Amino acid sequence: MKPKSLWQVFALIIVAVMLLAACKPAAPATEAPPPAEQKPPEAPTAEAPAAPPAEAPTAPPAEAPAAPAEEGAFQIPDIEEGKFNVAMVLIGPHDDGGWSQAHYEGLEYVGKNVENVHVAYIENVPEGADSEQVFRALSRKGFNLIFGTSFGFMDPMEIVAGEFPDVVYIHISGYKSNTTNFGNLFGAMEDMKYLAGMLAGARAKMDGNPKLGYMATFPIPEELRLGNAIALGMRKTCPECTMDVRWINTWHDPVIEKEAAASLFDAGAQVVFTGADTPAVADVATEKGKWGVTYDWVGSCKAERCLTAPYWNWGPYYAKITEGVRDGTYKVGWDYFDADTGALGLYGFMEGQTPTKGAAELPAEVLTEVKDLLAKMLKGEFNRFDVFAGEIKDNAGKVIVPAGEKMQQSDLDQFPPGAPGLECKYCMKWWAEGITAELPQ
Amino acid sequence: MDPVIILQAGVASGTVLLFATLGEIFAERSGVLNLGLEGMMLIGAMSAFKTAVVTGNPWWGIVVAVVFTGLISQIHAAIAIHLQADQVVSGLALTFLGTGLSLVLGEGLSKAGTISLLPSFSIPLLSQIPILGRIFFSNQSIMVYLGYVLFPLCWYYINYTRPGLHLRAVGEFPAAADALGINVYRLRYLYVLVGGMLAGLAGATISLAISPGWFSEMTTSGQGWIAIGLVIFSQWDPMRAAAGSYIFGALRRLILDIQGPLTIFGYRNPFYYNPYYGFFLQMLPYAFTIVVLVIGSREAIRKRMGSPAALGLPFIRGQRGL
Repeated sequence: MKPKSLWQVFALIIVAVMLLAACKPAAPATEAPPPAEQKPPEAPTAEAPAAPPAEAPTAPPAEAPAAPAEEGAFQIPDIEEGKFNVAMVLIGPHDDGGWSQAHYEGLEYVGKNVENVHVAYIENVPEGADSEQVFRALSRKGFNLIFGTSFGFMDPMEIVAGEFPDVVYIHISGYKSNTTNFGNLFGAMEDMKYLAGMLAGARAKMDGNPKLGYMATFPIPEELRLGNAIALGMRKTCPECTMDVRWINTWHDPVIEKEAAASLFDAGAQVVFTGADTPAVADVATEKGKWGVTYDWVGSCKAERCLTAPYWNWGPYYAKITEGVRDGTYKVGWDYFDADTGALGLYGFMEGQTPTKGAAELPAEVLTEVKDLLAKMLKGEFNRFDVFAGEIKDNAGKVIVPAGEKMQQSDLDQFPPGAPGLECKYCMKWWAEGITAELPQ
Repeated sequence: MDPVIILQAGVASGTVLLFATLGEIFAERSGVLNLGLEGMMLIGAMSAFKTAVVTGNPWWGIVVAVVFTGLISQIHAAIAIHLQADQVVSGLALTFLGTGLSLVLGEGLSKAGTISLLPSFSIPLLSQIPILGRIFFSNQSIMVYLGYVLFPLCWYYINYTRPGLHLRAVGEFPAAADALGINVYRLRYLYVLVGGMLAGLAGATISLAISPGWFSEMTTSGQGWIAIGLVIFSQWDPMRAAAGSYIFGALRRLILDIQGPLTIFGYRNPFYYNPYYGFFLQMLPYAFTIVVLVIGSREAIRKRMGSPAALGLPFIRGQRGL
């Protein structure tokens, strides 16, 4: 090959590789061989991940970067005949120590606690068109129930659900449903973020540095809702506290999460919350001698300087859905659970847990307040609508929700004006008082 | 937003790019283009972290990463030098191999928890220098200091020593080097090995010092490709490579810190008022790499930039050619 054309091919390939890499935060690579127990036995036959380098490849080089985009890059697990087959599609690795791991353990719970069921998962599936192929392939294999656990799986799942009316699809964290076989599921994490905000505010006040940080992923209603819940809780225990925001534009990138946490701490934050998947924030907090609040998974709050972790406990709820779908009693639609289902937790404060060192040092009246409110939440006496009850002001001093009013579900998860027929009155496009950041116009 | 903090963090994360870029400079100066950088860095990061978890000693992690990645790079060397195959294809295959291999061998490592890492410290007197002391010499990882020593050494070695002259000869005019009795094949194998070892060191620097841990392919997040762009940008010169690496490292951090202040130099800060602009900044290093490669793909410009003349061309002994 002439050097000139070689260079052109080279440049083209790099461009292609980077475009691919940019479009897919998690390169597909291979389905890593799953750990022992209750995994599809055929998984270890996964294809070799790379072109065999031992021979000089003769194929046109342009094919090389295109390969990972194919559905064939994923190992689609098989079903077990005679059982109720449940599949889960994860955006990150099943052992990411956060969001995906919480779902994965929920799936394991289903496998152990629901009779005659077979569970399987696919990890590292990027959002968008690739995931559509994965959902279609799983449906074709004959899975009965498929969970998709990332916001961006929503549209692909909706499309595939139209093609396979006998398969039930449950999508976590979005807002769409066809009310027949494509359902939406999420929970009121704002409850636990509110409590964690109270703890963090008290901690910052006690340390004499009334400044919090929030590492947000994408400007979507969910992230604004959770950030606002933190700020509302923070202002309850620390009225003078403010909260800084960093957008990281990713759900799962441990390196960027670390850098963003460091950026917030260096800008003066005393306690930093993460909205992303990994516990990086607590590691950085330990390094800097400040405090981090991790998210998603009960086991994420291990670092010395982890204050607490609002987490998901998907297992029992997934088991309920699995049984309900099998019996035909589960109503597919918009399923939004609150803390009284037991599917939400606040690390250190649930039954059988002890508060972390950082939380235990807080003033007794704050701890009592948090514990009482948590008990009320678990009993169903205080829910997400009470978190977002007036009077609420935004960070420009404008009243968003007047006193005596409460936000409705349509307000909590939509930008104005909301979906047709489901218009929101207050909507979720504002930053609460105390947040030192702005939103895109 | 404190520029000193941004630069301090930039020097730390730029050290990863620096090692990878220096390694690629050695390989390319000898005439072998190695696009397997990203894969080799992943292998280095994984093997370093795994070794540190198993042995409890991060220094063993460095050793294993350097040796293991060096061995992996010899696959590419054998294909490109011995079998005289297309270096672009072989290098890309090495990236895929490295990614896959590191994922399989690294299974479960993300749960390893905290391990002992490479030490960070301040240099006593130098850290007292105003501003520069804080940026370069206070509370940095030992790998960062190693970087300060390494790039001037590489620059001196390549430009002012006899082995460095041989290295350049092999990359510019292998037939003439061969006529002088220099073993072209052996030297090319050697410098691909050096490149692999430095890539392994870059990976180990990520997983044991700069952003500790193993996060599958997210660990490197495309830094290998940026390093390849930096090689061209630096015109195959270690000094410029160092400047470029540190600037790019600082850019990573700037993207986050710039969202903080209300005003910059007295003007309204657009990144504060509209977080979407952050997407644009995040794209910059990759866009830069594309631009550099497109410019570098024009032979005339490449020549003027000082590309090794025999870069990417297999040497066949006894055949007329470059």
